Amino acid sequence: MRNIWTIAKREYKLFFISPVAYAVAFLFLIVMGWFFFSGMMEAIINSAYQSYAPTVQMVIGPMVTLFLFTLPAVTMGSLAKEQSTGTMELLLTSPIRDGEIVVGKWLGSFLFILTLLAMTLVYPIALNFLVQPGIDQGLMVAGYLGLALMVGSLLAIGVAISALFSNQIVVFVVNLAIILMIWLVRSVSPAGTGSGLGYEILQNINFIDHYIDFYRGTISLSNLTYYFSLTGLALLLGTVFVESRRWR
Amino acid sequence: MIEVEGLTKDYGARRAIDNLTFNANQGEVLGFLGPNGAGKTTTMRILTGFMPPTAGEARVAGFDVVEQSLEVRKRIGYLPETVPLYSDMTVYDYLKFMADLRRLENAEERIDDVLEIVHMTDRAEGYIGNLSKGMRQRIGLAQALLHHPDVLILDEPTIGLDPAQIIEVRSLIKEIGRERTVLLSTHILSEAQQLCDRVLIINKGKIVAEDTPERLQARLTGAQRVILRIAGDPDGLAGMLTEIPGVLRAAEQIDGSLEFESSPGEDVRPAVARTVIGAGYDLLEMRPVGLSLEDIFMQLTREEPEPPEVSDAGLEVADDTTTDEKIPESD
Repeated sequence: MRNIWTIAKREYKLFFISPVAYAVAFLFLIVMGWFFFSGMMEAIINSAYQSYAPTVQMVIGPMVTLFLFTLPAVTMGSLAKEQSTGTMELLLTSPIRDGEIVVGKWLGSFLFILTLLAMTLVYPIALNFLVQPGIDQGLMVAGYLGLALMVGSLLAIGVAISALFSNQIVVFVVNLAIILMIWLVRSVSPAGTGSGLGYEILQNINFIDHYIDFYRGTISLSNLTYYFSLTGLALLLGTVFVESRRWR
Repeated sequence: MIEVEGLTKDYGARRAIDNLTFNANQGEVLGFLGPNGAGKTTTMRILTGFMPPTAGEARVAGFDVVEQSLEVRKRIGYLPETVPLYSDMTVYDYLKFMADLRRLENAEERIDDVLEIVHMTDRAEGYIGNLSKGMRQRIGLAQALLHHPDVLILDEPTIGLDPAQIIEVRSLIKEIGRERTVLLSTHILSEAQQLCDRVLIINKGKIVAEDTPERLQARLTGAQRVILRIAGDPDGLAGMLTEIPGVLRAAEQIDGSLEFESSPGEDVRPAVARTVIGAGYDLLEMRPVGLSLEDIFMQLTREEPEPPEVSDAGLEVADDTTTDEKIPESD
């Protein structure tokens, strides 16, 4: 545990001197600002002729899509950079387990994104003052919890992929491709067109589907299990990838 | 401290190291001498637990490098060939990170100590990315020393340093080697001679010699090689030279010159000169050649009883040095 924390702490600190992390944060926050502004404008215009109050979903909705495209940039350097600079040799010959390196790397990036998420809380808070009688807090808690879980699993996938290559661009592209694949996989097998285990997997693997319930304000065990499993599986795979480097 | 037995590593079809067996005791500086690609780094990477061997066993401080890798890694300080530094960290933060990974209780104290040892105390707050190559090497060394390791493994510790820095790093290694076991690799013969209590010469994954530097030196420079150049065609001269007492072998070179080797401690040049002139050749040049590392390997590998190479058969007169070396006393 202590080793994981040591790795995570370094990784987290590194984000605050990394141009990539600042670029991601900049893009993320500026787009969010724009969505919030335009959402508010729309609500004001609409309120002229119908009873309409913007909800916290106005803030959370765009973040989901935004994360799909920005998270690969956050983790592309994770282990790939260690490999390209030779510091991987340092980590792999230190008295720590391969799994601790992978989990530590993931935790560091997860904490960074949580920091970013915390900054976006300014919008729900602002919204709370703008609408009567304030925002639905349950909706906000569920929405943010779901986001954190989804981000966690996507980051784990990113860390695992970065264990495979030493080129950050390759990691980014492969990661984006895999995220898009999991996201769009359902469209090749629409509901009710098949049966069997493979079909069931294809139906349920999509991480956006599992997010919808959180978005609507409900926290269900099956969705929690999905994200925990996906995160665990990806981290396990990442560890296997790191171990496999020793044998190559 | 280090026990290696039958260590073998294959990279696909290529055999990087082949059945290595050696030991290193406490307080001993063991040198790994060999050309690039000889298998030095591979051996070190196996010892540090970076990768497992294909076959064979290695133990460090009594722990198996595969089965008890974490225990081994706790006891090893390792400086890889490419110094593993985070250029976006300060020297102090980097060492603190390494100390945390090694769970050192007195981290601050140890960092101060190692910085002092490598003379980098004044750069502790500087970013590693701004350091010169020599300084980076020293920080790499500081990192390896941080936890008082029983065994220090240094892969080409002086490569890329300027002469002043080389001297500095060497004296540092010598100091450390008094109490702890040091395994260092180099392809510089004189460096191995200066630093090591014992030298392993490794070539193409195999140990070709193991001895103290002094004895190795005596063995290696015992025979002297001289290049001889004459005007015109040196046909038949090689045969004549080998008949001179003290000449071990003589062979015609591709460029038309002749090269001969004399037995240790004997200067055969005057006799050679007389023979050349006496036979009616015009002597243009006679020049001793120092032994390069490549020559040493050739010499060492030739010492093993091996059938003479086919390509040399037509040129070399005395091919079997194993028997010839036993007749240096000729008066």
